[in-house]
Amino acid sequence: MIVALIAMEDAGFVIGSYVITFAVVGALAWRIVRRGRELAPRIDDADKYWT
Amino acid sequence: MTSPALAPEPTVSRSAGTGTHVTRLLGIATIVMIGWTAAFGLLFSPADRNQGDSVRIMYVHVPTVWTAYLAFTVTALCSASYLFRKKHSLGFDRVAGASAEIGVVFMALTLVTGMLWGRLTWGVYWEWDARLTTTALLFVSYIGYLAVRGLGGTHHQRAKRSAVVGLLIVLEIPLVHWSVKLWRSLHQEASVLDTDGDIDLDGLMLFSLFVGVVAFTLLYVWLVLHRSRTMAMEDLLEDQGLDEALAARRAEAVMS
Repeated sequence: MIVALIAMEDAGFVIGSYVITFAVVGALAWRIVRRGRELAPRIDDADKYWT
Repeated sequence: MTSPALAPEPTVSRSAGTGTHVTRLLGIATIVMIGWTAAFGLLFSPADRNQGDSVRIMYVHVPTVWTAYLAFTVTALCSASYLFRKKHSLGFDRVAGASAEIGVVFMALTLVTGMLWGRLTWGVYWEWDARLTTTALLFVSYIGYLAVRGLGGTHHQRAKRSAVVGLLIVLEIPLVHWSVKLWRSLHQEASVLDTDGDIDLDGLMLFSLFVGVVAFTLLYVWLVLHRSRTMAMEDLLEDQGLDEALAARRAEAVMS
């Protein structure tokens, strides 16, 4: 599987586009979840409409 | 960390953050679909006869632009709901803001993956072509929208002015989409959402694209749910901080 990926034409560009995309959305998701966890203890549960 | 200045009587919190059972299930489904996107895009789908393996970039490029369009459309719909409904609910404003933030990130990814594809196909990373230029303009417009949201004032002032901007700049989306028809463009025309209704894609290529679109749509929903809840908490803490500052000022005035 890895050999097939490396053997791909312009593998650096193709794999790079996937790595950039998944890394950026992963970082965004992590940042949003972390911020939520940071704020949640400071808010009464009654004010969290999703609980 | 608990801040005594903002939360004088902290209560024991049942929830650790912004997650619920629904978001957890959605998160798992998203991770699985993202895995399938990578597998189909990089391994299972065939190389294109003309583009070669660079066509694989399309399986992330197209879903990112789809998600950005979706996010900006949701921003506009929520902006309209805030402005025109009798009850000017800040919930709509928060979803609009959360959606725009996420849309900007996806639009940035669209530009980056498009540049990588352009380098392989056209030989250059960037060309001041109609589609590329209008897309860059759309990206900058939504950065402006986020800047307008950060100008300050009350929550309703923020909501009203950003809703007006959100409704105006969404009109750029049709311009971007049809730019390849309106002007002579290097960028290819739509292969799936074309006006003639023809789908110019091989079955497995179309399926790979479909998997990517579903994965990124699920991801978008998951991100908006979490971000809008975080925004609700930020607004609440801001209100609490303001109330306490006013109370402290009144107490000072009484003392003097």
